[in-house]
Amino acid sequence: MSHILSLTTFAPIIGVLAILLVRLVAGRNGEEAAGRASLWVALATTLATFALSVLMLANFDARATGFQFTEDMPWFSVIHYAMGVDGISVLFVLLTTFLMPICILASWSSIKTRLVEYLIAFLVLETLMIGVFTSLDLVLFYVFFEFGLIPMFLIIGVWGGKNRVYAAYKFFLYTLLGSVLMLAAILAMSMIAHTTSIPALMQFHFAPELQIIFFLAFFASFAVKMPMWPVHTWLPDAHVEAPTAGSVILAGVLLKMGGYGFLRFSLPMFPQAATYFTPMIFALSAIAIVYTSLVAFRQTDMKKLIAYSSVAHMGFVTMGIFSGTLQGVQGAVFQMLSHGVISGALFLCVGVIYDRMHTREIAFYGGLADKMPWYAATFLLFTMGNVGLPGTSGFVGEILTMTGVYGSPSTAGTWTAFVSASGVILSAVYALTLYKRVMYGNLTNPKLADILDLDTREVAIFAPLIVSALALGVYPHLVFSFTDASVASLVTVWRSAVGG
Amino acid sequence: MSVEPLLLTLVFGPLVGATLAGLFGRRLGDLVSMSVTTGLLFLSCGLAWDVFCGFWAGHSHPVTVEILPFINVGDFHSAWSIRLDTLSAVMLIVVTTVSALVHLYSWGYMADDPSKPRFFAYLSLFTFAMLMLVTAADFMQLFFGWEGVGLASYLLIGFWFKKDSASSAAIKAFVVNRVGDFGFALGIMTVFWMFHTIRFAELFPLIAAKQNATWSFIGQDWSALDLAGFLLFIGAMGKSAQFFLHTWLPDAMEGPTPVSALIHAATMVTAGVYMVCLLSPLYEHAPVARSIITVIGAITALFAATVGLAQNDIKRVIAYSTCSQLGYMFFAAGVGAYQAAMFHLFTHAFFKALLFLGAGSVIHGMHHEQDMRKMGAVGKFLPITYAVMVIGTIAITGLGIPIKGMEIGFAGFFSKDTILGAAYAAGEHSPYGYFAFCIGVFAAGLTAYYSWRLIFMTFNGTAKWGEHADHGHDAHAHDDHAHAHDDHGHDHGHGAFKPHESPVVMLIPLFVLAAGAIAAGFVFAPSFVGEHREAFWQGAIFTAKSNEVLEKIESLPSWVGYLPLIVSVLGAVVAIYFYLLREGLAKRIADNDGPLHRFLYNKWYFDELYQAVFVNGAKALGDLFWKGGDQKIIDGLGPNGFAWLAGFAGRQLGRIQSGLVYHYAFVMLLGVAGLLSYALWAFAH
Repeated sequence: MSHILSLTTFAPIIGVLAILLVRLVAGRNGEEAAGRASLWVALATTLATFALSVLMLANFDARATGFQFTEDMPWFSVIHYAMGVDGISVLFVLLTTFLMPICILASWSSIKTRLVEYLIAFLVLETLMIGVFTSLDLVLFYVFFEFGLIPMFLIIGVWGGKNRVYAAYKFFLYTLLGSVLMLAAILAMSMIAHTTSIPALMQFHFAPELQIIFFLAFFASFAVKMPMWPVHTWLPDAHVEAPTAGSVILAGVLLKMGGYGFLRFSLPMFPQAATYFTPMIFALSAIAIVYTSLVAFRQTDMKKLIAYSSVAHMGFVTMGIFSGTLQGVQGAVFQMLSHGVISGALFLCVGVIYDRMHTREIAFYGGLADKMPWYAATFLLFTMGNVGLPGTSGFVGEILTMTGVYGSPSTAGTWTAFVSASGVILSAVYALTLYKRVMYGNLTNPKLADILDLDTREVAIFAPLIVSALALGVYPHLVFSFTDASVASLVTVWRSAVGG
Repeated sequence: MSVEPLLLTLVFGPLVGATLAGLFGRRLGDLVSMSVTTGLLFLSCGLAWDVFCGFWAGHSHPVTVEILPFINVGDFHSAWSIRLDTLSAVMLIVVTTVSALVHLYSWGYMADDPSKPRFFAYLSLFTFAMLMLVTAADFMQLFFGWEGVGLASYLLIGFWFKKDSASSAAIKAFVVNRVGDFGFALGIMTVFWMFHTIRFAELFPLIAAKQNATWSFIGQDWSALDLAGFLLFIGAMGKSAQFFLHTWLPDAMEGPTPVSALIHAATMVTAGVYMVCLLSPLYEHAPVARSIITVIGAITALFAATVGLAQNDIKRVIAYSTCSQLGYMFFAAGVGAYQAAMFHLFTHAFFKALLFLGAGSVIHGMHHEQDMRKMGAVGKFLPITYAVMVIGTIAITGLGIPIKGMEIGFAGFFSKDTILGAAYAAGEHSPYGYFAFCIGVFAAGLTAYYSWRLIFMTFNGTAKWGEHADHGHDAHAHDDHAHAHDDHGHDHGHGAFKPHESPVVMLIPLFVLAAGAIAAGFVFAPSFVGEHREAFWQGAIFTAKSNEVLEKIESLPSWVGYLPLIVSVLGAVVAIYFYLLREGLAKRIADNDGPLHRFLYNKWYFDELYQAVFVNGAKALGDLFWKGGDQKIIDGLGPNGFAWLAGFAGRQLGRIQSGLVYHYAFVMLLGVAGLLSYALWAFAH
């Protein structure tokens, strides 16, 4: 067990090497064959990585609050190669490795060009994403966090839709601008504290004025990643242009890095600043929920609609994180995991009909329920998850974050709960309208006359997502049993640091 | 304990049926799907009556069985559980009885539909959610059931999803209910932070201590318990279609008629009333919240009755009647007579389900005609339906002899008279009691008028069908079964047809419900609201010491009992005059289209108002935020300069697009490497 984290993190790289080998063996004219073979290699790799993370979870001591499976060796200067997971990050690792095989399956027949390179990009991305959640050194974290941009940027820019370069550029620009500020803060912090170790920095007390500056620098990066209003406009474009699997990873994992960053850095390292900025975060979250829900309602492109709904759902996450209550933080962690499953599934749902018809225009569809009953049922389930119906995982996060915010020590708490609760109405409006326009009514478009229901591969893609959405919704203890101790210590430390 | 497996069967049986029929319906076939769901429902029904009889006879005691933890974070504890007490036992029999009968009835009513397994799966799913709702031991499971029935309602209203009106009505129902749930959720949060628990058993003993406490919410200080009570009541308003949040219920009639009987008459819409009664320990200490409930209930009772006067669609008349009767239940609870509210809920379930299923029988027999103006003289052809509908009408109009000590009447008479008596008795302490009493009596007259009008227009007078063969197509356009009909090519032309009586599977439920509509009143009155009530409820409903409305009913002047009778007889007489003696007079008045008629016919213009304010408002705001906020301001100010640069760079490198992408990546790598080098340099110094 001693090196399981490194093993899990870099397992996908082994897959990359295998794929390169396959490509080499296939020779100059074997691109097609190499692509097919690489798909199997990639699937096997991601499944093996998932198995490793499950093994890790099985050996995880859920009652302990500290980091586990830690590895530490000096790298250069004060920087260490340090790894470890707590009850929160271990679940994000699992979410990443869980979504990865699904993404490979979703790309099985929809990627026509440069399949080998595509798969390599995905496997590299997986390593980088896992690394973000497992690194315990600030610089190491930054390397993973920042280099993760590159494969995603390529996935959108090379395998994306018509407007892919614009979208990739916008994605890159926003994210990098945020990160540069964070890097500056990281450098300053390490010079002041003479360490880049995350656990050590959590114990270090920065002066309140410095905290404000560092907080804002980290905030710039995480707020863009979430994304929070008003730096969210890159997300709809990125989603629309990204291939289906890219959207799944974007919504499922990359957005969560922002929330994870708030939990790992902003709260424990800058507690005073976090308290100071709580009303602002509440306001931005509440605005995000109402504003983007209303915008989602008016979209004509399915992916854009779901992308805007993601922004609204991330609003619940940010307000929950800063609520300073057990319920709020637990709800935020849960909401991130649940959103990873549900929005990932919704993008896959769009992918199903996009693969068949090559359009995401809502108006093109209508009346699919009759032709595609299994698809209709699947889409309905995730639509209900998206609107937060109790019994699906979407509900647990929403009710807990709202409850947490309501009881927040900040006086803005009840207002934020009040405004965000109206988001529950609006999500029903846009999600059910979308469902109706795609599924219900008569099938009037003659091009849809021969559309086929889900095939076996698609059933295999959705089955684990359906099980997760329902299992987490009915028995959320699956998550809480891991996060309870870590979240409790996080909240206690924060509240005692600010004397509340 | 050996009771547990039976309880689990009672509650989860319908879920099993729904899952089997829903997932494997096509493979199992129609007959198996229908048999499994219906069979499991009758099993649940039998078990429910067993549970109820235990409480009725007084040898069962409240018990809660915990099955599995649900959401547990800090003090926020909830569990999947089955809570049994008299209150939930009453709901169990109402839900399972009506549901079992509706399942059976649907064998006949839905015989021609191509998606029977889906229909029965939805019905059973609904029943399961409703059972979870009524057996909840904490707010989270209550909310699960609450929204679960909403989902089932959405699916069933939109069952004929090819019709645009059906899927629109389904969304409307869900969204309006969500408006209610907005308040409900805030109410739950308020309760949680006030008492640090969401479990009923822990919550109720803590309430009295907060009697005069204040609570800070959205910048204001409120009377704590009144605030919590009011927020929770908003949820009840949505679910039970009370004034302001009622607009979804009439539209919900787009669903198949058995659905209307089960969900939109007997069970789901009464969930709000159930919730208020369940939370009687809270409401007994929240006088302001209770006054609001009384007023909203009374206004709903009146409003819905007035609209019901002018409707021509047989199902819509009954829908407004349901809305109105729910108003009675709420003001009963509002004046403190929770037992009377539950009693009316109980009797209403029988006679209203009867009226709906009877109307369904008429629609079935009239080949999917719902407009009463195109009916008339149907009684001759559907004598059994006619008879049971008259029984239901007598029950709803509350005909009976209110002699103290020897009251005789059908079900509605007992429950409605208790409610009116309680309102009058409550008037002693609060003006809202008299307000509700006056409105209740007046609305009783309107109820009698529209109920008998429905009977006369449908079953009596001259036949308006068969005369105008060409009108058939017109009706077809807004016909409930338009789609089932088209797909199936029912081989009957419009115009030339004879109404026919329904098959036995549809008549049996009518007989059972008719028996309930006759007997449920006098059999159960002593237990629900009479001398045995203490022993019957076993504390499931809390009444404060100062609350004596039910005791006082005994000593009310006798005119309080006779007045509703006189008013409703009057209403019936007017209906007889307009629709039997001077047939055609009412039509001439309607054709005149005076302002009052237009106002009522258009349902007080609520739909138009909401469309203009909320729907169009949301669209306009959405467009404003999207095109103005996101595109003009944020993208314009933010990436605008960079976008220009991008365009510039793009022109320079335009010929090799993928090269551009790699280029960016390379630049970024350089940037990161540069910054890291700086860091190393910084450490070195």
